[in-house]
Amino acid sequence: MHIKYESFVREPLVDGNKNYHQVSEDIISPIERKPGRMWYVGFIFSIILLCFGIFSVTWSVYWGLGTWGVNRTIGWGWDITNFVWWIGIGHAGTLISAILLLFRQGWRTGVNRAAEAMTIFAVMCAGQFPIWHMGRVWDGFWVLPLPNSRGPLWPNFDSPLLWDVFAISTYFTVSLLFWYSGLVPDFALIRDRAKTKLRRMLYGFASFGWTGTAKNWQRMEALALVLAGLSTPLVLSVHTIVSFDFATSVIPGWHTTIFPPYFVAGAVFSGFAMVNTLLVITRKILKLEEYITIGHLEAMNKIIVLTGSIVGVAYLTELFMSWYSQSWGEIAAFKWRIMGPYWWSYWAMMTCNVVSPQLFWVKKLRRSIPFTFVMSIVVNIGMWFERFVIIATSTYRDWIPGSWAYYSPEWPEIGFYLGTFGLFFTCYFLFAKYFPVIAVAEIKFVLKTSGDNYKRDMQRIEEQSAEEFIHEQEAAHHEEHAEAAHH
Amino acid sequence: MAIKKFAVAAYDDEAVLFPAVKKVRKSGYKLHDVYTPFAVHGLDTAMGLKETDLHIAGFIYGICGTSTAVGFISWIFTSDWPIVYGGKPHFALPAWVPITFELTVLFAAVGMTLTFCYLNQIMPGVKKHVFHPRQSDDLFVMAIELNDHTPEAEVVKFLKGTGAKETSVQMAEEGWWYGRWDKKEEYEALNA
Repeated sequence: MHIKYESFVREPLVDGNKNYHQVSEDIISPIERKPGRMWYVGFIFSIILLCFGIFSVTWSVYWGLGTWGVNRTIGWGWDITNFVWWIGIGHAGTLISAILLLFRQGWRTGVNRAAEAMTIFAVMCAGQFPIWHMGRVWDGFWVLPLPNSRGPLWPNFDSPLLWDVFAISTYFTVSLLFWYSGLVPDFALIRDRAKTKLRRMLYGFASFGWTGTAKNWQRMEALALVLAGLSTPLVLSVHTIVSFDFATSVIPGWHTTIFPPYFVAGAVFSGFAMVNTLLVITRKILKLEEYITIGHLEAMNKIIVLTGSIVGVAYLTELFMSWYSQSWGEIAAFKWRIMGPYWWSYWAMMTCNVVSPQLFWVKKLRRSIPFTFVMSIVVNIGMWFERFVIIATSTYRDWIPGSWAYYSPEWPEIGFYLGTFGLFFTCYFLFAKYFPVIAVAEIKFVLKTSGDNYKRDMQRIEEQSAEEFIHEQEAAHHEEHAEAAHH
Repeated sequence: MAIKKFAVAAYDDEAVLFPAVKKVRKSGYKLHDVYTPFAVHGLDTAMGLKETDLHIAGFIYGICGTSTAVGFISWIFTSDWPIVYGGKPHFALPAWVPITFELTVLFAAVGMTLTFCYLNQIMPGVKKHVFHPRQSDDLFVMAIELNDHTPEAEVVKFLKGTGAKETSVQMAEEGWWYGRWDKKEEYEALNA
């Protein structure tokens, strides 16, 4: 046996007096209860939004994209803005589950399940926009690597738009596998403690017949580690490739090499904000405050202030480069961005993304739940404006003044965006009701090192002198050996 | 697969489980398996299990993805239907890096997950014997296969001596089968 020891100076990851059974009870029992009134209200509201979204999309497809506000100057409007916004949000889950796993950040265990679920739903929402933006959506299969019907003409594998198809579908698949493989043992737990036949049948099916033998777990750990290793470059690649959609073009304001890291930082920034929005509510309603602690929220706020600052530096670098390049196209693009008719979107972005997250340097604010919640929404408003600024204000004042234009969305575009909120929250409400929102097996794994009640015992070890500590550990070791020799 | 008789011990602490596993291995009884609610580090080596080769499989799948992408795109763009895009050469390797990378990851992840399911013999609809309903909750459950040379009373007594919180003797199907989890199996009547 190795020593399970972590200094009590570190904040516990699980508060309260917990044992393994209590952990199962706390996390699984909300699934076994009837949902509260708030759940029904939220769920029905989400379904209504979803239906409105379906109506808007149907309208757009039936009448064509002429129903949208986009024009020949601004060809990408709310649709691509929303696409990039959602895909950015979808970065936090895999970052938490993969990168933080490799960095051995214990706090990821409390939030990874919900964050990964959020990722998957956000990517589902993101995927809608390029699909319906195609207009003639029945020809959508042309993006697949198939020769077309007029001869063996293939999609352009040199094009960032096609890279996007591969990146996003791979990201969705791998995130789903990672998430579901972790869910299997927790479904087995729900199955084994199920009181009703229906629940036993359904979770038995969903648990794939998992029983948790030593070999099962050994392979599970190997799988999780390799998937984490694969997902780490993957999550960075996805938003890099999304940024290539812009960066490889020759439009002033898009044609910059800073885009990949800047987009990835922004994605992490907005993704963590969305995780905070959801978890602040989830932990309250499902009474999981002892598992998703203020320490967890604070850790995410720290990442928000870091990535927010990176994004801020990127904005300033862009401004500097447009001046330093002495290219009049670049200078004009940024002048119109800051001072043109869309000035309000630029300054909304600057305020929400650069100025306001700096308040998180104050520890008191970082650990305040109402402030965290408000801030998480402010950040995502800011990140929406960032994408709008990049897309609309780089194109609306183009090379020929005669084609300068302005763009406002029409109702089907707004309805489509609202519809993706409907899709996202419908999925999230179902997840919160039927799935364990915290990875039970992973919490049990860290419980004896990071649980509050176990950490209190560490005080005694902490106060021992080094000699005493070694002596005690050696004695325990010898005892074990003596016992083995006896047999 | 066959229905066999097992002596089952349930422990409520990993610290008790480890010496118990060692004792069973020394005793010569046939250790069927140990079921735990979460990954207990070191249990595999304590039981004498080999390290898994799953990651090697993942590497091979990844290489397959890489070569599929490079092979496929280079065949299309240099031989099947060469077109000049944006002044790039037909064999524009740097432009293929993103798709090559994505397919490497995709093949490795999907292949590994399927191999994981195959090796663990898990799939929707698969059913296996559960020795203790709390083996996924808070108990560490060890099953020992009994035969004519191992009288059950002796094994149960031995298991109690290792610090087991609960012990039992059960008939169990040792492998997996297709079935619904809400249905009782015929052999389970033997344990009632």
